[in-house]
Amino acid sequence: MAKQYETVIGLEVHVELATKTKIFCGCSTAFGGAPNTHTCPVCTGMPGSLPVLNKQVLEYAIAVGLATDCEITRYGKFDRKNYFYPDNPQNYQISQLYLPICRNGGVEIETEEGGKKIVGIHEIHMEEDAGKLVHDEWEDCSLVDYNRSGVPLIEIVSEPDMRSAEEVIAYLEKLRLIIQYLGASDCKLQEGSMRADVNLSVREVGAEEFGTRTEMKNLNSFKAIARAIEGERERQIDLIEEGKAVVQETRRWDDTKGESYAMRSKEDAQDYRYFPDPDLVPIIVSDEMLDEIRAKQPEFRTEKMARYKEEYDIPDYDIDIITGAKHMADLFEATVAICNQPKKVSNWLMGETMRLMKEKEVDVEDLRFSPENLAKLITLVDSKAINSSVAKEVFEVMFEEDIDPEKYVEEKGLKTVNDEGALRKTIEEVIAGNPQSVDDYHNGKEKAIGFLVGQTMKAMKGKADPGMVNQILKELL
Amino acid sequence: MSDILDMTAVELAAAIRAGKTTAVEATEAVLARIEEKDKELNCYVTVCREKALAQAEAVQAKIEAGELTGALAGVPVAIKDNMCTEGLLTTCSSKILGNFVPTFSAEAVLNLEKAGAVIIGKTNMDEFAMGSTTETSAFGETKNPWNTEHVPGGSSGGSAAAVAAEECFYALGSDTGGSIRQPASFCGVVGMKPTYGTVSRYGLIAYGSSLDQIGPLAKDVTDCATILEVIASHDEKDSTSVAREDTDFTKALVDDVKGMKIGIPKDYFGEGLDEEVKNAVLQAAKMLEEKGAMVEEFDLSLVDYAIPTYYTIAAAEASSNLERFDGIKYGYRTPDYEGLHNMYKKSRSEGFGEEVKRRIMLGSFVLSSGYYDAYYLKALKVKALIKKAFDDAFAKYDMILGPAAPTTAPKLGESLTDPIQMYLGDIYTIAVNLAGLPGISLPCGRDSKGLPIGLQLIGDCFQEKKLIQAAYTYEKGRGVFPSAVKKA
Amino acid sequence: MANIISDETIEYVGILAKLELSDAEKEQAKKDMGRMLDYIDKLGELDTDGVEPMSHVFPVQNVFREDMVTNSDTREQLLSNAPEQKDGMFVVPKTFD
Repeated sequence: MAKQYETVIGLEVHVELATKTKIFCGCSTAFGGAPNTHTCPVCTGMPGSLPVLNKQVLEYAIAVGLATDCEITRYGKFDRKNYFYPDNPQNYQISQLYLPICRNGGVEIETEEGGKKIVGIHEIHMEEDAGKLVHDEWEDCSLVDYNRSGVPLIEIVSEPDMRSAEEVIAYLEKLRLIIQYLGASDCKLQEGSMRADVNLSVREVGAEEFGTRTEMKNLNSFKAIARAIEGERERQIDLIEEGKAVVQETRRWDDTKGESYAMRSKEDAQDYRYFPDPDLVPIIVSDEMLDEIRAKQPEFRTEKMARYKEEYDIPDYDIDIITGAKHMADLFEATVAICNQPKKVSNWLMGETMRLMKEKEVDVEDLRFSPENLAKLITLVDSKAINSSVAKEVFEVMFEEDIDPEKYVEEKGLKTVNDEGALRKTIEEVIAGNPQSVDDYHNGKEKAIGFLVGQTMKAMKGKADPGMVNQILKELL
Repeated sequence: MSDILDMTAVELAAAIRAGKTTAVEATEAVLARIEEKDKELNCYVTVCREKALAQAEAVQAKIEAGELTGALAGVPVAIKDNMCTEGLLTTCSSKILGNFVPTFSAEAVLNLEKAGAVIIGKTNMDEFAMGSTTETSAFGETKNPWNTEHVPGGSSGGSAAAVAAEECFYALGSDTGGSIRQPASFCGVVGMKPTYGTVSRYGLIAYGSSLDQIGPLAKDVTDCATILEVIASHDEKDSTSVAREDTDFTKALVDDVKGMKIGIPKDYFGEGLDEEVKNAVLQAAKMLEEKGAMVEEFDLSLVDYAIPTYYTIAAAEASSNLERFDGIKYGYRTPDYEGLHNMYKKSRSEGFGEEVKRRIMLGSFVLSSGYYDAYYLKALKVKALIKKAFDDAFAKYDMILGPAAPTTAPKLGESLTDPIQMYLGDIYTIAVNLAGLPGISLPCGRDSKGLPIGLQLIGDCFQEKKLIQAAYTYEKGRGVFPSAVKKA
Repeated sequence: MANIISDETIEYVGILAKLELSDAEKEQAKKDMGRMLDYIDKLGELDTDGVEPMSHVFPVQNVFREDMVTNSDTREQLLSNAPEQKDGMFVVPKTFD
């Protein structure tokens, strides 16, 4: 009988914090600037420059630690991690090895079997991001852009507590939700504001000891993570079955090829010579500082769910979906605050919004329409200024470019025609033009009226109130 | 004014304010002296003649308009070449920064400029401040103005020699293990290392970040206190900068040591100390005693451990601080290379000199996997013990008195052959940096060869004023020390 | 000399420090480093059990900046010292992640 193997997975998750400025200097963290325009002597390693810690970075890191049940380190320091690479302007990265800001936490995830399980968090530390290497298309060289150099990161190191790709994704989704709720990061995997390195080993089921692990990098979607885990599990099992040893190494996942390869070179000694950074002073976290951060912690999901049930009277299913993403919950609350129609707002989010997100492959974080405009749309329908099918059309445009529905309806002439005379005239024409259906109706085929309503709406370019059309039709017939 | 160069910085500023001379005249006089002397002495890496004259004119106009009234306004200054000066070559006396022009100025330099200083140029030094003789400079050694066969000391040798040779009125240096105090001693000038954190390190190209401090090299104690008062500042750009309220150092220029308790560490007067140096220093102690100080000998302990502790910590920090010199963003890049790592290695191997490479190698080793605890962490623990030994001493004494260096300036070419022997020359200065303390070195005599001898006073953290007061009192009692130019 | 530095060690430290030494320099470096380490070994004479390593001399702590943008585009200055630049970026030998 073939041996049974268990996969053991731990994650190192890097999250870019949503600060306005970099971790050690006053440069903007905004995306999209021309290369090297968000830089200064500090984040480009100019001789004589010195780092000063951004207080917001510390507060976000502590907030994430508190939300993941970590112990907060009361006496912390920064250390230098020394390695040469062009995206690292000082050739050392300022990070935390010896006294990371948070330790010994965990988050609860739901397992495939429907049970619950805690994934332990070994530590969370603060560090600076590296710049970007661009590969020149024309010449045999690379180019360095330091705009991202010094953007604040926290690295969340889990315990090796996960056993499958599903658990890994459940853990990542949970982390993402917590951090988004805190407003500490937008956590977009595709854009790299959340990045996960996977440490994986396999062992025979029942074995006490862990196997030798490898670390996999370059995973920028949940799908890639799942595929990489499956690929690496198989690779390791094959090696073991062939009697070969798994080598402890860092591997790069190539998602298009569906395989990983070792990132190794003689010049890459992986001996980082960490030591306390003498340019930065120790961090003392006082009780007062912790209390302040605790007081600022937002409402988390479970609290929010309870409140929604109490305040809004919408179905549990809706609450579950809406609170499942911070941005969605924010949209919901902001829209309800304007129009005070929780059920209708929920219907728009659960129905059309979800449908279009799926159809157009848009992430929750990238939803563009504003609460103001969604509220206006709901009011337009309520006041019968437009009918529901026109509303859906308008919403689709809003979904793309957040237009003001009132103006749009006005400009495009989409308002429901309330002029009974005009409507009557059109219906008379429809009746005259469709004798067959009229006969069918008179012969007891109730359904035929549906066709006539449809024809009328078509003639009115959708701008009629269907209730009114029905009423007049019946009357004239 | 033929003897303008004889003036101290404070005297010159007073003369300019009084309209007896101008910043431009002073600058021209200094430039003429450099023209005359510096081919031989090599105090400067860069002299910015035109810029200095333009700056002098601008400063003079402001003095006349009453906008600049400070005690140093209009006085020409030389800056050690490891402090960034915007638009002015800053090399650290290294080939690797041979073409580096900073885009900002060090905070200490900005403070001087605000006070109306005229920057004459950048002084020679041991490469990246690693050395005790200024012989490791990539741009040739500086010679001691008292005797050009001898070294000026280091690493701020160019600054000390420039002051002694009257090629400037005062200079800034940096002190990581004695780099201000030892060359001040060798060149017969006054040099002071302030308490760590007193002068911003922003813009100082780091050697050992936890030890480096900028300080003045000057003709007398009054100048020294005046300069320190100007350059000391709490800088938000330097996390290790200390907010102090007691930086009115000139208030301590008082001729009185009555009741001061001065400890003389027996361990500083043992083997290796030159007899003539010893006698001169003890003579100085005696004078302070005569002026009313209580002087007594004591055991400081751990003196022999300071050098190995220092070299471990300084080399480790240096190995990391100097990683940024990689041929990508600034400085030297090797012309021929294959691939990234080869470019790094060749640029750095060709760009750094021998002593710098020696310390980078040592520093990388003591931090490397398997050796960190045994070497680096051990050194940090011994540092704690050394700090404790000083704390105990300062519980009993207001200051510690000793020599600045075991000998007077050695001959050129004698020191570099044996690194450890060279490191031993730092024995009296190094512990001060490990403990972050202030120290001042001032001339207290000359040996039979006519070379100056330096007296060192060491104070507790933030006690510069006590040092200034005692040094000032000693200076008054000693009388005028001859200049290297006149040697009378 | 108690500390014997091997060729491998010098080679390894050279990789860490990105220094390429000639054979003669390597021999010298082996000697120098061995002597320095012998000298540093003197610290072993001291009992430091229970002593807290001192990385910072003063109890200066919690030095922070507020999260406010203070810097503007200074790219031209940044690149003014670059040995080689292109399209507003630093040029380096072709490098793969």
